Amino acid sequence: MENLTEALSWINLRFLLQGFWVTIEVSVISIILSFVIGLALGLIRFTRIDVKTTRISKVVGVIIDIIRNLPLLLIIFFSYFGLPVMGIRVDAFQASVIAMVVFESAMIAEVVRSGIMAVDPGQMEGARSNGMTYMQAMTHVVLPQALTKMIPALLSQFVSLIKDTSLATIIVLPELLYHAEIIYNQNTNYMIPMYLAVAVMYFIICFALSSFANYLSKRIKY
Amino acid sequence: MLSLLAANWSTFLLGFWNTILCSLISLFFSLIIGSGFAILETVPNKFWRGVAKVYVEIFRNIPLLVVTMVFYLVLPTYTPLKLTGFQAGTIGLSIYSSAFIAETVRSGIQSVGVGQMEGARSNGMTYWQAMRYVILPQAFRIVIPPLGNQFVNLIKNSSILAFVAGFDLMYQGDIVASNTFQTIPSYVLVGLFYLILTLPLSYYMQYLEKKGV
Amino acid sequence: MARKLRELTAFMAVLLLSLVFTACSHSQSSSTYDRVKQTKTITWGMRADTRLFSMMDVDSGKATGFEVDLARAITKQILGPKGKMKIEYISEKSRIMDLKIGNVDAVMATMTNTPDRRKIINFSDTYFMAGETLIVPKKSKLNSIKDFNNSKYSIAAVKGSTADSDVHKYAPKARVIFYDDYGSCYNALKAGKANAMVSDNAVLAGLISNDKDKFKMLPDTFTVEPYGIGIKKGEDKFTAEVNQALKVLRKNGTYARLMKKWFNGVPGFNIKASSRLKASE
Repeated sequence: MENLTEALSWINLRFLLQGFWVTIEVSVISIILSFVIGLALGLIRFTRIDVKTTRISKVVGVIIDIIRNLPLLLIIFFSYFGLPVMGIRVDAFQASVIAMVVFESAMIAEVVRSGIMAVDPGQMEGARSNGMTYMQAMTHVVLPQALTKMIPALLSQFVSLIKDTSLATIIVLPELLYHAEIIYNQNTNYMIPMYLAVAVMYFIICFALSSFANYLSKRIKY
Repeated sequence: MLSLLAANWSTFLLGFWNTILCSLISLFFSLIIGSGFAILETVPNKFWRGVAKVYVEIFRNIPLLVVTMVFYLVLPTYTPLKLTGFQAGTIGLSIYSSAFIAETVRSGIQSVGVGQMEGARSNGMTYWQAMRYVILPQAFRIVIPPLGNQFVNLIKNSSILAFVAGFDLMYQGDIVASNTFQTIPSYVLVGLFYLILTLPLSYYMQYLEKKGV
Repeated sequence: MARKLRELTAFMAVLLLSLVFTACSHSQSSSTYDRVKQTKTITWGMRADTRLFSMMDVDSGKATGFEVDLARAITKQILGPKGKMKIEYISEKSRIMDLKIGNVDAVMATMTNTPDRRKIINFSDTYFMAGETLIVPKKSKLNSIKDFNNSKYSIAAVKGSTADSDVHKYAPKARVIFYDDYGSCYNALKAGKANAMVSDNAVLAGLISNDKDKFKMLPDTFTVEPYGIGIKKGEDKFTAEVNQALKVLRKNGTYARLMKKWFNGVPGFNIKASSRLKASE
């Protein structure tokens, strides 16, 4: 353990923090984008739009199910190796964000859907019987209630997202774990200190977020 | 793509088999460990409750990859314990998942009405008897759908074996992709294999939820 | 309201798609040569984990090594003193794909020029002549690759390297375990998960340079590994430029100077043999 102070020298710590910053960047961008898209996708599941006899909500449902049931690692590979084949050049950062957004949007769409379904059907009935259309009822009555119910699940998805950015090490995304690996590959005595540092950093940010989620869910009384 | 599958059939099959094996073993251990900690989280003793909470919070907030790497690289370097990639990956996955299962089972235990415990105690049962004969059976019935979801997550997370030479589906698919340079068809095949495992399970869980288990 | 929601969703979809498309450029339709001349930049795919060749320096956040210096020299030779060099860090697994998709203009990553690879990418002239060998624990009694021809022995190799077929040739019964990079292979060897690690002697020398008391390199290289710069297939004009630059650097002494700078301190390393253009020299 004498290596601890040596391993956590300022130079190394700074290198780790640079990686941590990339982790945060990817996470924040992905969280914002996947929330927006996930919300949209989740809502689409409740529309009744048809395109030439196929109900869009069903098609979207199947696509979401497929994405949700694949490992994120595989989606990362598809993003990094597949997009360029289709003519879209991406670097590791963009590929990671795209993969995370695709995966998390599908997850969030499901959270949104179950959140909406958890709202008492009586709310919808009440709204409709007051003259609102289906979509008016949705947006003014059901959705606001659903959103408050969804917040713990959403925050837990975001914590997962932050942890899952570590998978992008495999496409050489210079995030926290990758930088830690570089350091201990140069001196294996640093292995334990590095893993300790990485674990602590992830723990701090994830625990903070999930504690915040707990606090929120306690404050929301409905 | 079919020719790719045929030419590498044994490679894919080995991966498929190892993924299933890893998932089942991890499920078994994480259920046991997770339930244990879940029960520990609900005992009257404050100290043990704290211990359980610490365990659960640590492993819920650290990436699976970090946990797995500790078992794969750190432990063998500093202890006489030598693990293969498959073993390290499976152990890492079991411990990681046990934290989530602990939370799921805990909420199941706590959602069993307080009246149940009171009724059991007033009939002369000790705390542990009440747990064993009254509370836990009800709790487990409640948590079957969420546990099913955890199992699906577990199968997806088994892909972590790719990082530690665990010869699972992801690792094997990767080998085929690097050797044949047909990256997209290889990964599509890997995806299909995973869907064979996860989709039916997922839909069955949705069905169970609808039935109102 | 329903229509507004639909419009909102459609708008979001379009916004996202356009974000994705503007964030990344479309795949290159112009040739590498034109692009390089136009942007006055050569993007090199390099490694971050190979001591002496291209190793990430934690302090500066940039890689240093023989390959880095050589790439810089080639860049200045082709584009003049104002030419810029950009490094994209790549993994062994993705280096050929990175070329094919145009993420990098050239790959200098201890990549061996082989007939199989020549089918899908261009190679420059050889810039380093290495040979494959094994590193084993210092106490190991096994002396050559042939000693490993037994199914109880496992050898760590990097995914996507030439190691698998080479080991197969000389020790078909040995088990090869693949890892994503040199670091993981070396860690596996250190943790006792493999009895040996196979790679090029140049790479291995760098790996054990800090652990000379724990591991040794088997002296006989059982293959010859000519390192070449990888370039996208069909980009013959750019390949010719790179070859010309290499020739000039060899002639004016820059090449020899760089070899000496990085490999003079390595015990037992035959600089002359590694500088050969052809294996038969």
